Amino acid sequence: MLILNRKVNDSIQIDDDIEVKIISIEGDQVKIGIEAPKSIDVFRKEIYLKIQEENEEASNTTADLINLLKSTEKD
Amino acid sequence: MKINTKFFGEVEINEENIIEFPNGIPGFEEEKRFVLLDINEGAIYHSLQSVDNPEVALVVTNPYVFFHDYEFDIDENTINLLSINSKEDVMVLSVLTLKDPFKHTTANLQAPIILNFTTRKAKQLILHDTNYQTKQPIIVEGKDVESDANSKS
Repeated sequence: MLILNRKVNDSIQIDDDIEVKIISIEGDQVKIGIEAPKSIDVFRKEIYLKIQEENEEASNTTADLINLLKSTEKD
Repeated sequence: MKINTKFFGEVEINEENIIEFPNGIPGFEEEKRFVLLDINEGAIYHSLQSVDNPEVALVVTNPYVFFHDYEFDIDENTINLLSINSKEDVMVLSVLTLKDPFKHTTANLQAPIILNFTTRKAKQLILHDTNYQTKQPIIVEGKDVESDANSKS
């Protein structure tokens, strides 16, 4: 991993079109601004991991559970 | 074309019905092409089946059947990615994590699937700063729906 020292208002440029800027630092909280093309999604890592895990768990559905669903009707 | 599916064996699908996920789905980033297959007759539940990988299928449903007040904003990036021109283009689906008994089944309300069924493009939107959960119970304990939900027995 590349590690860089930055101060408030300093930026990091990634490729031509991504800028990561340090907005403020308070205690152990760093506020970061990210400018990236619209085609790029930016997530908090732990949230992305949570969604990945949930999708993986959801995809573990078995044929038995599908049969349960077939017999389940919601009014 | 014919595809192999996780729940229904070999299925004939119309290529026009293929839904493109330009960014894949978190956890299945390689899968870009899916189809929606009905699971039950009432067509409340669908299998979102990968066209290219039989093992990858997610059970999805219309969340508004269970959560009448569900609401969130679709961000600019998603609107552009999916070429959404009007709200009539948009269909929302939630991924279910099925459990037996059914009353323990949860819906992922934090990451709704947004489908533009005009362009057949879709994306699983991850909501920031929301109170919606990845494991939102679809049946509220104490409500008398258990007998319906377990009608198979």
